[in-house]
Order: sequence, then C-alpha cells, then structure tokens
Amino acid sequence: MRYAMAIDTRKCVGCSDCVVACQTENNVPIGYCRDWIVETVAGTYPNVEIELRSERCNHCDNSPCVRCCPTGASHYEEGGIVTVHHNECIGCGACIQSCPYDARYSHPEGYVDKCTFCLHRVEKGQKPACVSVCPTKCMYFGDLDDPNSEVSVVMRNRNHKVLAPEAGTKPHIFYLT
Amino acid sequence: MNEELFISGRDNLNIDPVLHIWHWQIPVYLFLGGLAAGLLFFASLYTIQNKDKEYRTAVKIAPFLAPFALILGLIALFLDLKHKLFFWQLYTTIRLESPMSWGAWTLMIITPLSMIWAASYIKEIFPNWDWKFKWLIQFDKWVVKNRKVFAWLNIYYAIILGVYTGILLSAFNARPLWNTSLLGPLFLVSGLSTGAATIMWMSKDQAERKMFSKIDLILIGIELFFIVHLFMGFLASSQVQIEAANLFLGGEYTAMFWIFVVGIGLIIPAVLETLELLGKHIPVFVPATLILIGGLVFRFIMVDAGQVTRYLY
Repeated sequence: MRYAMAIDTRKCVGCSDCVVACQTENNVPIGYCRDWIVETVAGTYPNVEIELRSERCNHCDNSPCVRCCPTGASHYEEGGIVTVHHNECIGCGACIQSCPYDARYSHPEGYVDKCTFCLHRVEKGQKPACVSVCPTKCMYFGDLDDPNSEVSVVMRNRNHKVLAPEAGTKPHIFYLT
Repeated sequence: MNEELFISGRDNLNIDPVLHIWHWQIPVYLFLGGLAAGLLFFASLYTIQNKDKEYRTAVKIAPFLAPFALILGLIALFLDLKHKLFFWQLYTTIRLESPMSWGAWTLMIITPLSMIWAASYIKEIFPNWDWKFKWLIQFDKWVVKNRKVFAWLNIYYAIILGVYTGILLSAFNARPLWNTSLLGPLFLVSGLSTGAATIMWMSKDQAERKMFSKIDLILIGIELFFIVHLFMGFLASSQVQIEAANLFLGGEYTAMFWIFVVGIGLIIPAVLETLELLGKHIPVFVPATLILIGGLVFRFIMVDAGQVTRYLY
C-alpha cells in the first residue's frame, strides 16, 4: 500500500477551501497552515501562464525529515504516510531544516506539526479533509499500488510532475499538468 | 524575457517568508563545541606524545575551559529546543542516520570526559586542595595512572565533536549551502584553530606560544584552502548551490563573510602571527581574539545564510 495524492493544476481555482477544511478538521492553530495555495505566473504580459497548486507535505519515500529526526518522533505510518509522535518530538527543528518543501512548522505547544494525509480519516476509509471538500474536484487520493484506485487511473491518463525532484526525496504529491 | 512570479498563501511563523527556525543558540553552540574540541584535541595530543612538560598550558591549564564551554553549549542547545520537557527522548534511542542523535550521544560522553580530564590536574595546579572523600582521591589516582587511555578517548571524541558541528548542518537536504561534505572538515579545522588560539593566549611560556602560533598558521592555511574549495564546489554544482555560493560572492553575506571571517578572522591574524614569528613584538591577545571572533562570526553566517538557501520550484 502506498498512499498518494494527485492534484489537477488545470482544475484548481485557488479558492483555499482545502486550507480552511484542513485547519478545521485538524484544529490547526490560528496563523498556521498544513496546506496552502501557491500561484506561479510565468512569462511576460500578455503572454503569461498561470499555475495554481495546493501544496502540503509530500509524504516522500526518501524523507529527509524522518532520516534527520534524532528521537524517531518523525516516522512512517502504514502506506508511507509521514507523521510526528508529539510526545517524542523535542522541537529541535532538524526536520524543518531538512524539508525542501518547508511543509513543517513549529506548533505553539512546542512540537513540530504537519499534514498527516488525515490519517484518522483515511484509517476509516474516508478521504483527507482537503480532498473531500474541493469544490472543483481537482484532487485525487488513493493507493498507488492499486491500479484501479482513482489516483492510479488519473496518473495513467495525464501528464504529471512532482516538486523539486532534484532533492531526491521521491515525493508522493503529483501535479497533473 | 521570461519572468516568473511566485505567490504563496503560506505564512507560518519562522518558516515564511524566509526560514529562520534556528537563532543565536545554534551558532553559539557550534562555536563552543568547536572550541572545546580544539582544547581537548591538543591536550590529548601532547599527552600521547609525552610532551606534557613542554606544553603545560595546552595539557594542564587550557582544558579547564573545555567543560565550561561544553556546558554553556549544552545550555544553548537546550534553549533552542521548543518542546523542552521532552529533551530526554534524545537518550531513549540511537539513530545512526541522524547526526543530531549521535552528536547528542557524543556530548553525553565527552562532557564528563572533559570534566575528568580537568579535575585530574587540580592536584598539580592547586596542591593544597582538600579532596575530602577517599574515593575521590582513589579515582583521581586511577585517572592519573590511566592518563594515556583517557587521552586516546578524548582525542577520538574531540575529533568526532569537531566534525559533528559541521556534519550536523550538511545532513539537511533542503539547505543547499550546507549540502557539502566539506563542512565537516572545515568546522573541525576552524574549531582546532580557535582552540589553538586560546592556548596561545593563555600560555605564559614563549616556546609554547611560538609552537601554537605555528600550528595556528597551518590551520588558517588549511581553512582558507577549504573555503576556496567550498565555493569552487558550489559553483560547479546545481543551480540551487550556485545561488547559495552567490550569497557570498556578491550577495547579501558578501561583506560580512569576506571582511569578518576571511579578513579579520583569518588573514589579519595570520599576518600578525607571521610578524611575531619573524621577531616583531605583537601582543598575543590581538591575533587570538581576532581568530575567536572570526570563528564565532563564521558560525553565525553559515547558520543564517544556510536557512536562506532553498530548493526552487
């Protein structure tokens, strides 16, 4: 089993509904976020191309954050989901330094926090909060090892990319282009 | 012309707009750790070579600073933790993949070793010291008898500690400025150099001073060699590392780095030490302080600039 997410950059309108849903579902403290919207505009007006991306932890196969963690607080859950045991985290910041996506933040209570792919929902067979609220249905979530999961199907049919592949992290958030 | 505009909705504290999760505590610790490593290295080296009579300051007096430096460094590290009450989790596991884990264990070993080393010379320096407990006197005798064993342990852990201060940074994938294996040797040499400068400063013996002046000159030469190679490596690497190097070659850290680290911290003390060796009289605290300031500023710049560099996508 290998959980992954595919996000359609051509359907995303950048409404931030995923951000709000995540903050509500996971009680993210005010002023912080586990997922966020990025807009890139390339070219010179009027010949520009816009890309909208909903970004979050990439739940990498080769996670530098898990490797650097001195206590083992950062670890892989079943299906390759990377999470943090709050009561093992000492708040040293090593994982924050090692993440090329800057996907982690220091929770006001001291430990490091990040996207969990809504593990508590996924375990019950539900989709992550961000995926389930998306009004344009631009996000797909599922098991990459299952050829019939919606994420496997959409990735077979569409061109896709990952962020900063040169960092060698083998990320598992795919952007459909 | 192709322009690219990047707008992010993320605004997490200490992460955006520029990562700044490590503040003064880490560079202060890296400096103190390097200094302690340098002091213990020379003390052990000259004990192993049976030169403890010739280099009395290096072997017997300067190491008194090492436990203090290490404890202050540990306090700085503790202050940096954001989930402080859970710090003991470091010592529930050994994770070889994480330099911070084996660094924490190294500190756990070298701090008591440095205390034992310093304490075992108290008798020689303050002969009238009252030890009070019999077991302490016996322990002291045992340490003095096994001095060489302690010297080997010390020199081994001092090198690990010195290298660790650099490897700690180079293990973090996401910061291109730190992603170079040269950082380990560079921090080790810089730490040894600050240690040698401190010994030179503390020593009252002309011959010992001269010796450490010479050692320092060699170390400064190696450091300059490493710094040149550091930038050569970056400039021949990927775009993110070229940009990291450019922070020091025209970017925002240029003046700070070349004036304070290379100029004041390396070249000026090297010139002063050369003049001293040629027979001119230079007050010893001048090159020594300059080297210590240079070492501290170097660590502040590396930690700060490293957090500015990132992967672009």
